[in-house]
Amino acid sequence: MSTKEWPLWEVFIRAKQGLNHKHVGSLHAADLQMAIENARDVYTRRMEGVSIWVVESKYVHASEPSEQEALFEPANDKIYRHPTFYNLPEELNHM
Amino acid sequence: MEIKLEEIFQEKIDQEIKIEPRDWMPEKYRKTLLRQISQHAHSEIVGMLPEGNWITRAPNLRRKVALLAKVQDEAGHGLYLYSAAETLGMSRDEMLEELHSGKAKYSSIFNYPTLTWADMGAIGWLVDGAAIMNQVPLCRTSYGPYARAMVRVCKEESFHQRQGYEIMLTLSKGTEAQKAMAQDALNRWWWPSIMMFGPNDDNSPNSAQSMKWKIKRFSNDELRQKFVDVTVAQTEILGLTIPDKDLKWNAERGHYDFGTINWDEFFQVVAGNGPCNKQRLKARVDAWENGAWVREAASAYAEKREAKVKNQIEAA
Repeated sequence: MSTKEWPLWEVFIRAKQGLNHKHVGSLHAADLQMAIENARDVYTRRMEGVSIWVVESKYVHASEPSEQEALFEPANDKIYRHPTFYNLPEELNHM
Repeated sequence: MEIKLEEIFQEKIDQEIKIEPRDWMPEKYRKTLLRQISQHAHSEIVGMLPEGNWITRAPNLRRKVALLAKVQDEAGHGLYLYSAAETLGMSRDEMLEELHSGKAKYSSIFNYPTLTWADMGAIGWLVDGAAIMNQVPLCRTSYGPYARAMVRVCKEESFHQRQGYEIMLTLSKGTEAQKAMAQDALNRWWWPSIMMFGPNDDNSPNSAQSMKWKIKRFSNDELRQKFVDVTVAQTEILGLTIPDKDLKWNAERGHYDFGTINWDEFFQVVAGNGPCNKQRLKARVDAWENGAWVREAASAYAEKREAKVKNQIEAA
């Protein structure tokens, strides 16, 4: 008999057709079917979703907070990637 | 090194940047949060018991479905909060172990008995009302997973208070006996409800640090005053009387003055000597122990199915 803790699952919910699945939290379940059923009960009691994804938490790989600068800093000085970088005449109303 | 990290941490807090699970945090911040969030989760779970007591005896179907939904929400709130607490490095089983051994606390309010149907009204109105007062600022607490859990909790909590108030309203407009039942419930739940905000500020040693770390946004006494101020008008609409002879409007302060809280009673209940402490804890321990075979069976089934899938893949 196994007395170990049920694994942890991350839950993602699609609020309605056309939107992406969004992380809403986590829960424990013995297997994937139970994870989906529990996610239904815990995270969609008020029509919050039309679709559920569950992923066992151990399969989520995350970037290190200490790598934040190395990963994201380079985008900081590339303001030419934004439309406001370009000087255009006022009379050109919408571009 | 440690000092430098702590400075960076406090700077983030001061700039209202949320702290996330993998970020560096002072050990005391982690411990304080873990204690607070797990205690909050335990309160939601134990909080199902006093109301669960009345589900089968609700006076009609409308009241029954509402109470059932409310108790189910509380289970959900407990689960959101346990998940948030787990991100701080304590397992769910360890937290439950602390609850069952009596090491971890839960809100003392749930150690009072629910004697009549009017108690369902008083709990929704006052206990959930006080909880909302406490919880709304927690939606902006500095730890990301806790704040996100609280946003969900607060969204769902407002129906709880409204359903409670509606019960009180119906009773207070009913027969003399019904009105007396509502007043009796108010008499019993008033003082424990205002104790829910915790000890007075000058007797709450950890508050200053929690405010600096923005775990808390308002002091216990500030929140208690706010609760008293809004509840007086609600009581007048019901035509009931708050059981406090010292309660009166203070124009100078712009707040209601109220009587002295019996802190001796509060600390007695916290220490385990309230009317229902033993009964509540026993109910939780029994649920855990009697449910062990279900947890084991589900694990065994999951393992068996996994093995079967593995075999199929290998055979293919």
